[in-house]
Amino acid sequence: MPSPAIIGQSLISGTFIGALYALLGLGLSLSWGMLRQINLAHFALAFLGAYLTYQLSGVGGMDPLLTLLLIAPAFFLLGVGMHWVFVRFAVGPLGSLLATFGLTVIIESVIQWIWTADFLKLESPYGSASLRVGIFYLPVAGLITLAAAAALCFGTWAVLRYTDLGRAMRAAAEDGPMAAAFGVNVNALSRLLSGFASACAGVAGVALALSYTLAPSQIYAWIGVIFAVVMIGGLGKPLGPLIAGLVIGVSEAVTMALTAPAWAPVVSFSLLILVLLARARNI
Amino acid sequence: MRLASPVWIAAAGAAFAALAFVRLPAFYDSFLYLLALWIVLATSWNILSGYSGYISFGHGAFYGAGMYATATLAGAHGVPFLLSLPLAGLAAAALGAAVGAVAFRLRRLRGELFALLTLAVTFVLATIVLNTPLDGGQGVYLNSVTLPNLTPSPSASFYLLMALAAVVTVLLAWWVRASKLGLGLFAIHDDEDAAEVLGVPTFRYKLAAFALGCALAGVAGGIHALFISYITVGETFSILVPLSVVLMSVLGGSRHWLGPAIGAVFITALLYAFTAGDYPVLGRAAVGLILIPVILFLPEGVLGRLGRRRAALRPAEERAAGPHPARASGSDSGSPICAIRGLAKSFSGLRALDGVDLDLRRGEILALVGPNGSGKSTLINLISGHYRMDAGSVLFDGREIAGLDAHRIAHSGIARTYQIPRPFAHMSVLENVALPARFGHSALGSADAEREAWHWLDFAGLAAKANALPGELTLHERKFLELARALVSRPSLIFLDEVLSGLAPAEIEQAVATIRRIRELGATIVFVEHVMHAVMQVADRIAVLNHGQLIAEGDPREVMRRPEVVAAYLGRADA
Repeated sequence: MPSPAIIGQSLISGTFIGALYALLGLGLSLSWGMLRQINLAHFALAFLGAYLTYQLSGVGGMDPLLTLLLIAPAFFLLGVGMHWVFVRFAVGPLGSLLATFGLTVIIESVIQWIWTADFLKLESPYGSASLRVGIFYLPVAGLITLAAAAALCFGTWAVLRYTDLGRAMRAAAEDGPMAAAFGVNVNALSRLLSGFASACAGVAGVALALSYTLAPSQIYAWIGVIFAVVMIGGLGKPLGPLIAGLVIGVSEAVTMALTAPAWAPVVSFSLLILVLLARARNI
Repeated sequence: MRLASPVWIAAAGAAFAALAFVRLPAFYDSFLYLLALWIVLATSWNILSGYSGYISFGHGAFYGAGMYATATLAGAHGVPFLLSLPLAGLAAAALGAAVGAVAFRLRRLRGELFALLTLAVTFVLATIVLNTPLDGGQGVYLNSVTLPNLTPSPSASFYLLMALAAVVTVLLAWWVRASKLGLGLFAIHDDEDAAEVLGVPTFRYKLAAFALGCALAGVAGGIHALFISYITVGETFSILVPLSVVLMSVLGGSRHWLGPAIGAVFITALLYAFTAGDYPVLGRAAVGLILIPVILFLPEGVLGRLGRRRAALRPAEERAAGPHPARASGSDSGSPICAIRGLAKSFSGLRALDGVDLDLRRGEILALVGPNGSGKSTLINLISGHYRMDAGSVLFDGREIAGLDAHRIAHSGIARTYQIPRPFAHMSVLENVALPARFGHSALGSADAEREAWHWLDFAGLAAKANALPGELTLHERKFLELARALVSRPSLIFLDEVLSGLAPAEIEQAVATIRRIRELGATIVFVEHVMHAVMQVADRIAVLNHGQLIAEGDPREVMRRPEVVAAYLGRADA
């Protein structure tokens, strides 16, 4: 049995990993739940964002957080463009899954071509610093990730719940033609949402670059666990990824502390299968 | 043409396999071997995913399960290599069946969740293999295992083995396509709920198709394990396997048994050209670059356009339609055919049906009326098994059918129509009607089902549109198609859910006459309707639902005059 200090520290690191899960899951959950598009390329976009952060900050010398000002708008436009293509060719949920599967491989190849397949690590003041609280260490990068995840998830939740824009978006997601009949510009809202989801991938990318070593092959390592987060959290529910992400992150970290680190991936999928089984009975 | 297909496959396959004996340079042997490997993988994937539309991203897991099964059995436990192959297939099939048993029970988002669950299984399996003695992180060497000398050279022997696997796989894919299983899978692709209600055992069919596809992938994995002789988790469970098979099938045409094989040949040749050069990264990018335009511009694949079905000709000798089965028992008309007791259903707290008791009498026409949201359609959805009831019992012909799967209820002789017609969009009108004749109560063979379908197309006035696709019909025609689909299985109890809504007055007269003719055939009819003058014309008896409760039943004229019925329809005057 590991010491309480080790358990406590793993709870902390689990929370920070969970925050990154939430950040990656939010955009995916919104576009799947509200636009019926399953964007597998979300992961590749996040890595593209991370590599851009590496380039701008590690090579170009920008502050990593300032790169967001460039990356988020650029990714927003990318998301708008992707949505336009999907609407133009009437691509359904499974079609979007397949097409973005293709896009993932293309982005991966581009990354490998530009930055090689080797591991890269962004050296930044945020990445190495940590706060000491009692016997525990809180990495600054983790705190930034947690703050960003909480801000985006709660912000999205509040916008969808309390503003006219959010109400119109929920109406458009529920029944597009009906919302359109009531004067909601469904296409514009969908583009906005798709752009926002994509910008979330950019934010997640910056957070990724702050804490993690990057390699193009790592894109696929995140897919399983993030989809588990999205599904456990509930599609299209902005707070879902945050809650599910923290639950999974912490359970994984505790599992790693108690058994061997390599067993962590099994945790999320066991949770996922349990949730799916529980929901299947409900219907 | 169609009957000759298996002969063609076997002949082409034999010629393909015979290349193993002509002493080609090893380079060609291994290229042909790869071709055969990808034909097996893509075609086996397509049996479930192409035919039924359940995209699996876990083909790598099942292929990998086969590899490690052979590696463990033949490598560590001395099982003869050829014997390890069927065991590898079995292991992969068992894994697939376990995944399917979880995923195929879902009702919402089932396609998407299945895709992601299978993807997740790949990573879980990789983790387990990596952390147990199956691999242990070092990879597994198969140097001690020997390949029996089937041909002059080892490379040709590998090729021969994989070519045989490819021929068997393509034959099985053809057989599934031509069989009742394939028909059911295609119906699932178009509308799974409607398929189940028309009698297709959807859960069993999906599971069978998935297990078969996984088994074939497992065998291919077993052969490939020895071919590369050193296997690692990273290489085995790579995302490249599902990516490639999806692309190959979609490119070639996933609705055709030969589509994946054609796609496999094309993509393998392309990848080989790239990877043989200095830019393996380019090969993967090329796969991605091809996939996107294919999804956008060629969603049906190369064979999708060519594979248009032949137009069905009307059979010359048409067997006179036999007597309606219910007709035989028509003598005891008026006796109860179905007893409904305490039927209840809530949707997230909202009580849609609240303890309904109702008896249906043999041979009657019962109209089920009530305001919107009173629970009429819910009643049909519960009895036909579309939804599961919370409580209650339904005794049909003396048998309890509450809680049965919808396809079993269909087999027992209950049919229904949907308020909004739900035809199978990719099947012709004739195929739409023939399907329930094969799967439903009457369970006919293929030729008999087609003859029977023609009969009911005549009945519904759709014979001239037999070869049209449902999308080409008017709403009126689609409603009659829905009716013909319900009647063709010769049910003894039929639920008609608002067949008249949306029809013009002249069409309503025609439909009313049709309902009378159905009763003359001996069936019991329950119809939900808002068009009151039609109800009064044709119903023997009327039952009124309000807020999920039965508030009145009896003679139409008498019931409609009761104050509580008037109040339910027009609002309460005395409140």
